[in-house]
Amino acid sequence: MISANLSAAFYLISGILFILALRGLSSPDTSRQGNYFGIAGMAIAIVVTFLSVGNFSSSLAYIIIFLVIGGAIGAFIAFKIPMTAMPELVAGFHSLVGLAAVFVAIAAFLNPEAFNLGTFGNIKLASLVEMSIGAAVGAITFSGSIIAFLKLRGLMSGAPITFSGQHLLNLILGIAIFILIFYLCKTQSESMYWSVIAISFLVGVLLIIPIGGADMPVVISMLNSYSGWAAAGIGFTLENTALIITGALVGSSGAILSYIMCKAMNRSFVSVILGGFGADNSSDNKKDKKDHKPVKSGNAEDAAFLMKNASSVIIVPGYGMAVAQAQHALREMVDKLKKNDIKVTYAIHPVAGRMPGHMNVLLAEANVPYDEVFELEDINNDFANSDVAFVIGANDVTNPVAKTDPKSPIFGMPVLDVEKCKSVLFVKRSLSPGYAGIDNELFYKDNTLMLFADAKKMTEDIVKNLD
Amino acid sequence: MEIDPFIFRLSIFILSIFIGYYVVWSVTPSLHTPLMSVTNAISSVIIVGAIIAALAGSSENVFSTSSVFGFIAIILAAINIFGGFLVTQRMLQMYKKKKKDKK
Repeated sequence: MISANLSAAFYLISGILFILALRGLSSPDTSRQGNYFGIAGMAIAIVVTFLSVGNFSSSLAYIIIFLVIGGAIGAFIAFKIPMTAMPELVAGFHSLVGLAAVFVAIAAFLNPEAFNLGTFGNIKLASLVEMSIGAAVGAITFSGSIIAFLKLRGLMSGAPITFSGQHLLNLILGIAIFILIFYLCKTQSESMYWSVIAISFLVGVLLIIPIGGADMPVVISMLNSYSGWAAAGIGFTLENTALIITGALVGSSGAILSYIMCKAMNRSFVSVILGGFGADNSSDNKKDKKDHKPVKSGNAEDAAFLMKNASSVIIVPGYGMAVAQAQHALREMVDKLKKNDIKVTYAIHPVAGRMPGHMNVLLAEANVPYDEVFELEDINNDFANSDVAFVIGANDVTNPVAKTDPKSPIFGMPVLDVEKCKSVLFVKRSLSPGYAGIDNELFYKDNTLMLFADAKKMTEDIVKNLD
Repeated sequence: MEIDPFIFRLSIFILSIFIGYYVVWSVTPSLHTPLMSVTNAISSVIIVGAIIAALAGSSENVFSTSSVFGFIAIILAAINIFGGFLVTQRMLQMYKKKKKDKK
């Protein structure tokens, strides 16, 4: 058994290691080292906890067994999961953090002696507040992440679910949680505690159901942030520095990512939370417009010809590419182009994919060197000097309407200036609108050649034609 | 007057938010997905609370009501810790492979 002061020092060290873990992600070269720091920090925290409790009864054996079971499940998932499913995985993992926070808070409430928080029915006031906030945020994270998981996995429709009085109901429930916590502090009543948790589960569900599929990158980042605040809340209860530091880091990390995603979609955080975006109410009046505009369509041969004669090509991948599993075929196509001394780069919009940075990972998986992949602001000026833009699986993020039509729902959203290229190849199954439910003007430009096909098949056909 | 230890913890918390703010802004956008998976893994340090709760059971009664919650939380957090770090590692390996290809 080690002293409380010594263990606090070790918790501080693991907190610092976690900071270094995030710091490592500032560049791919240092990122792996960062991950090892993270693992080391976690190992220290776990070992120190065993040593500081110092109760090596038969419980210890069970803990090891449970650790191994959980670890094996986690490792199995980590190795099996396809990279396209990362958003679901992260949402699922967030739900586990949330639920773990709830359970730790319940354990602390039922057995406060173990945590030095007083006795059952007579818990220190501050601890009681901290553990109820930790439990409430954890419960919201859990049920919210489950809904996000179901939506991302396609087990539940991505369409927003709204009903009248929804926001009022959320507000009332939110206030109810605070009132219950207040009475919990006064009475130490167990039923109050359970009610706080139950209502929080409900709030989590209600918060996420109105948010549409297009806003999922924001939702995941937001839940990431919540899981951090939940951990911090528990950290205050347990008076544990490692948890407080980690909670703050994760909380601010998720908040920043939400902010970046909102900015990339030109949406305010509030409007995302209120939800309802992506409901296709505007598609009808656009339909007639579609009819009298001619669209040029081509085949793989045309596309191969255009690209062979280009000197620079910019690839614009989107989530559709990942759905069609076209990234490996795409890489093959790019290799062929490079052999012909054609300069190829990739342009990635921040919301390409279903979570922040998702597209980068998918390209990395297909062995695309990360120094050929550029973010929107770094590459947008290059479109004007490039011969061909190859848009595969992206849609709304290339729509010039965002720059020209103030009435458009996506007006003001930063978009890739694809139309400035000499010619645009647009791989798409049909002319149907994207997530935002609006028509893409790019389809009807004179320099656009539509390639109507499945992304993977089309890319493979182009590869054949490049020989 | 003595300062409540809560204030110290609050100070750590607030300073950590600032550290988090600056550190996360310096993360390159191409690594935002690994960032999410690794933050997910480290937030499972909540396992320390679960371990304390689970160890609180006596030798005769390993599974009291409160320690059972601890045990379940250990499984949940362990899934996250191993899953989170390993999947991050897997992603980061992919960023490495490409460098080798180029040389």
